[in-house]
Parts: sequence; structure tokens; C-alpha cells
Amino acid sequence: MNAPLLEIKNLQTHFFSERGAARAVDGVSLIMERGSFLGIVGESGCGKTVMALSVMGLIQSPPGRIAGGEILFEGRNLLALPPDEIRAIRGKEISMIFQEPMTSLNPVFRVQDQIIEVLEQHRKVSRKAAIEATRKLLHQVGIPSAEEHMRDYPHQMSGGMRQRVMIAMAIACEPKLIIADEPTTALDVTIQAQILDLLQELREVYRCAVMLITHDLGIVAEVADRVVVMYTGRIVEEAPVVDLFEKPLHPYTQGLMRSIPGSRASRGKKRLEAISGVVPSLFDLPRGCRFNTRCTYAFERCFVEPEPELLTVEKGHSVRCRLYEG
Amino acid sequence: MDMADRGKELLVLQNLKKHYPVTRGFLMRQAGVVRAVDGVDLSISMGEALGLVGESGCGKSTLGRVILRLEEPTSGDILYRGDSLLGLSRKEMLAFRRRMQIIFQDPYASLNPRLTVGRIIGEGLAIHKVGSPAQRMERVRSLMEVVGLRPEYASQYPHEFSGGQRQRIGIARALALHPELIICDEPLSALDVSIQAQVINLLQDLKEEHGLTYLFISHDLSVVRHISDRVAVMYLGSILELADKSELFDHPLHPYTRELLRAIPLADPREARSRRRRHGSGLPAEDPASGGCRFAPRCSQALSRCRKEAPMLREISARHWVKCFLYNS
Ligand SMILES: Nc1ncnc2c1ncn2[C@@H]1O[C@H](COP(=O)(O)OP(=O)(O)OP(=O)(O)O)[C@@H](O)[C@H]1O
Ligand SMILES: Nc1ncnc2c1ncn2[C@@H]1O[C@H](COP(=O)(O)OP(=O)(O)OP(=O)(O)O)[C@@H](O)[C@H]1O
Ligand SMILES: [Mg+2]
Ligand SMILES: [Mg+2]
Repeated sequence: MNAPLLEIKNLQTHFFSERGAARAVDGVSLIMERGSFLGIVGESGCGKTVMALSVMGLIQSPPGRIAGGEILFEGRNLLALPPDEIRAIRGKEISMIFQEPMTSLNPVFRVQDQIIEVLEQHRKVSRKAAIEATRKLLHQVGIPSAEEHMRDYPHQMSGGMRQRVMIAMAIACEPKLIIADEPTTALDVTIQAQILDLLQELREVYRCAVMLITHDLGIVAEVADRVVVMYTGRIVEEAPVVDLFEKPLHPYTQGLMRSIPGSRASRGKKRLEAISGVVPSLFDLPRGCRFNTRCTYAFERCFVEPEPELLTVEKGHSVRCRLYEG
Repeated sequence: MDMADRGKELLVLQNLKKHYPVTRGFLMRQAGVVRAVDGVDLSISMGEALGLVGESGCGKSTLGRVILRLEEPTSGDILYRGDSLLGLSRKEMLAFRRRMQIIFQDPYASLNPRLTVGRIIGEGLAIHKVGSPAQRMERVRSLMEVVGLRPEYASQYPHEFSGGQRQRIGIARALALHPELIICDEPLSALDVSIQAQVINLLQDLKEEHGLTYLFISHDLSVVRHISDRVAVMYLGSILELADKSELFDHPLHPYTRELLRAIPLADPREARSRRRRHGSGLPAEDPASGGCRFAPRCSQALSRCRKEAPMLREISARHWVKCFLYNS
């Protein structure tokens, strides 16, 4: 039982089309301990969702394929398990909350029936016990008068309520890991704050680990213990949350911090220091470091030599950048 | 804008309302109204950026559309440089439209995919028959430079551009006719943070250089804080609080404004952990339509009076307006 809860080793998830192979996830390695709260940040297209779907075993093939690496859950490689064992883990031990609850809730079933289905699928419970458990779950995620709302259809609920239902489904089987992919992006700040509170509370109550995917550094600062920053399918920096915000090392992370109004790095500045340029296409990645087209510190080796490996600079803080080489 | 004009009122909204009928069933009988904009009084001075914040569905976009008369208000008045826009004929309104432009949230949906970028940016110039075709082309090229796009891209189509570039195309189009007022309706929310920062800087530069006036609609309070001079907080169709930016963020008065500000993620882990707040599990309450304050059902400080009568927007201290009985001494 000494294996970490989740260990991803050199994961490669690629998508194939006539333009060639897009390496959406290109060599990601990370470890999550039991009960930890990991934030994954990065801009659109950097591979956050594809990584999560890979862990869930939900990559559509074709066009996608996991082309290499291992995903160890409590020491067992999910990529080598037969489909029925994966199904038993997905939803029970690992569950996922998606950005747009409407796409993952079935519009023609009542909310209670969808939760009951999850319970019946993974736990041998009677119908009566499942209904009772559903009521408890809805109450727990803060749906007022759960009794009344249990029989609602998803479209009868507001976005915030639907996201709560998704969370209720995700915690129904008391999973060891919840992956939340942009769970609050479509919601108002007030509702967002409540959902983030709820995620933290669940973690305290059930001691489950949470992987929270977001493009919003502010959210990560609020709730995560550790943070991984991704760029073009790779991790470019990983650190405990306080270190990342107080001593961001990678020029990309530093740029992100200065880009957000209200951050420590931009506070009081009249002009934001924006990162110039755009994220390169996966089909047209620059030679050398993938950030070299936008980096103000790039020097010759950043263009001619292969991208550096992740380098541990301090305990728990690593960065993929030549500026920190010896 | 003339320097002498700076600070004068450009746009004044007087008790502006927009109600939509709600119809039910097969006969489409009117079952009620959505009071999307419900008595807004607001003025915007020349050269200022007024931020408008509030939760989804509170009426921000509707207000923007009514100001441009893309929709007719139900009642109230809109004064532009002192003249009412509502009495104008279509033709007169067309001339006014030149002075007011809008930038939309979705840079993908708001650009016609079949037109080249040059045509899109030059469309307004062509409609208003400004200059010769060659002069218009020249203007398009210079607009592209202003917003940081290479002029040689003028013959390409929107799908060939990134989200941030498309938003720049939308901004260039809005600038083409030398507008005075630009309504920005969530212009950044479809963009990544690094691109967002580029567009924020661009909007600020344009304001300085061209003396533009903005109505900046957003639900992102950090962005609004960065870009605005004054901020209005909207809830279910009306303005609950209005003040200079620093006053509003440092001394929020209305319980709703306080709730909004508490909910902003801080982007500072130490501070976030030390405040470790609890956000009431209160979901947005239904509209009581009882004649009381519309925020009362959700308000933790509501008095019995708040459920019976509606407060007025009053100036509590210099330039700080709030609509709340707590400050009615
Ligand atoms: N089904 C698919 N077919 C082809 N390419 C795909 C597919 N799904 C994802 N990709 C590509 O993989 C890359 C990573 O996508 P992913 O959805 O993981 O990004 P993300 O970091 O989640 O971005 P966002 O913040 O926009 O959600 C993108 O370049 C995307 O175009
Ligand atoms: N054409 C319409 N017919 C009926 N109701 C409408 C119409 N347009 C808007 N509404 C309603 O008016 C209210 C205000 O909508 P509006 O789009 O102005 O909100 P908003 O503040 O811009 O929200 P968001 O932040 O989600 O963009 C909502 O309740 C909406 O459902
Ligand atoms: Mg994603
Ligand atoms: Mg809107």
C-alpha cells in the first residue's frame, strides 16, 4: 500500500488525422498522494482535458490513442487492465466532473434516477436505500429542499444546481479521486465560490483527492496544495501552491501571473505585461524549447538544443527551462 | 473627442426599462413579464470607462442592446449629448449608430465567415459610403495596424485567425467609423489569459489615444477593476450600487456588492488561506415581485421593510450611490 494514489508516467496521448499526429499529451509524469488537492493550469489546447480523459479511460479511438506511458492507480496500471475492471474503477474509485453539466447529465431522466443508477451500478444497494442515499447526497451538495428537486429534470435547474448534481453523482460512491475539469467556468463568481467551498469540504469529509483542472490561476490559489502548469502537452513547472505564486520560475508561469489583473505580480500596474504571441499549433511546434517563440529570456541553446527535461530546483519545485541549469 | 468635452455627460439613461413578455402553452398566452432591465438611471461621461458587473441574467447585455436601439425599450429615455435617441427616425438613428459601436463576447460567432477580414472591418465604411474604395482600403489597413494585426492579412478569412486575433478584428471593425462610445459586452471571456491581457492593454491604449468612452460589461470583477474608472453593480434589472472604482472595491456598501467581492478568487494563496471564507449556500432566490427590494430574499441583512418597499438609488457620499435601506438614515 505504499504506492501513491495516482502516478502518471510519461503519458503520451495522440490524435491522428490527415495532418499527422497531434501529441496532445506529450510525456506527462505526475504523482498524486491520497487526499491531496492538485491544480492543473494552462491555456486552451495545452492538453488538460485529454490528460484527464486518459486517466478515465475515455479517449475516443480513433482518432485518439494512448501511445505510451503508464497510469498507475494504487500501483495498478490502468492501461493494462481489461475493460470490465476499468469500468469498475471508473465512477467508483475515480470519478469526473465535467465543465458543462448539461452534456453529461441525461436530459430525459429525472435527477434522482441518474444518481440512483450510479449507486446501483457500483454498490449492491436496494432501491429504497438508493433513494435515501440520493436524498442525503443532494442535501450534502447544498441543494435546498432536496426532496422537491430530486424529481426535477436537469433543464429545470440552474447551471449552479446542475453542477451540484454532477458533484453529487461524482461523490456517490465515495471515490478516492475526483477529477474536476473546469467545474465552475460557466458559473457566476458567487456560485463558483460555493462550488469551490464544497469541493474542499468533500475532501475534508471523505479524504478523497481532487485534481482540479482550470485556466484560472486565481482558483488554483484558493484551493490547491500543489500546482502543475502545462504548455503544449507538457508540464513546464510544478510546485507547492505558495511557492508557485511567490517564486514562479518558468518564464511562461511568470508571464501568466503578470497577465492576470489583480494578481500579486500585476497589482497596482496600469498596464498588464502580456505574453506576446500565441500558443503554437501542435502541428507546427518550434524547434528546441516550445516556449521560445514567446520567451523574452530565450538564448541560443533554447533554439538549437532539444527542450530540457524537468529540473528539480528545490524540494517539490521543478521547472523545464535552461535558465535554471547549473 | 475634444479635450474640452472630457468629463461632460455623453450618455444618460433615465428610468430605462425593457420587459419581455413570457408566453405559455400552445396559445402563447402571456403569462407574465421578464423585467430584464427594470428602471436603470445611469450616466456615462466622455472619456470614462464605466464597468457594469452582475450575475448571469441580470440584464447587462439587454441594457447594451437597448442603448444601441438594437431593441426598443419598454419605457424610459436615452439621451446622447443631451438629445433623446428615442424620438429619432431610422435614418437619423443610422447617423447616430456611427458614434456608438459594440464589441461582442464571442469572436467566433460575431464575424461573418464568408467575408474577408478586410471586408468585415471595412463594412461600416462602405455602408456609410465613407471615401473612395481605395481610401477605405487604406483606412482598413491602418486600423489593422492600430489593433496589432498585419495589414497583409486583410484578404484572409476569420477562421484563419486565433481567438485573440478575431477579437482584434472585432475591435478594428468597431473603430472604423471613429465612434465615441464603445459598448464592450464580455469582450474577453472567450480568450485565454495571456491573450486577454493583450486585448485589455489594447483597449486601454485606444481609450487614451482616441479619447474613447466605454461601457464595459463583464462578470469578471478583476478585469473590471483593472479597466474601469467607475463601476455599476446590477442585480435583476436594476443598479444597486455605483461608485468610482477604488471607492467601490475598497468600501463596498450594498450587501450584494460585498457578496460579489468576497467571491473573487484572490490569485494569492497566502491571503486566500487566511481569509478562508464561507459563502452562504444561498442559491439565487426567485423574484418575489412583491414590490420590495429584489435582493431582499437573498440578503442576510434584510429588514422587514425591505420586503415591503423598494429602496431608491441614493448618493450616500460624493459620487457613491447605493440602493439599500441600510444606508437610509
Ligand atoms: N477528439 C480529438 N480529435 C483531435 N484532436 C483533439 C481531440 N481532442 C483534443 N484534441 C487536441 O488535443 C489538444 C489538447 O486538447 P485539450 O482538450 O486537452 O485541451 P485543454 O487544455 O483541455 O484546453 P481547454 O482549456 O480549451 O479545455 C488540442 O490541440 C486539441 O485540438
Ligand atoms: N429576447 C428575449 N426574450 C425574453 N427574455 C429575454 C430576452 N433576452 C433576454 N431575456 C431575459 O432577460 C434577462 C436578462 O438577460 P441578459 O442577456 O441581458 O443578461 P446578462 O446580464 O447579459 O447575462 P449574461 O451574463 O449571462 O450574459 C434574462 O432573464 C433573460 O432570460
Ligand atoms: Mg479542456
Ligand atoms: Mg450577456
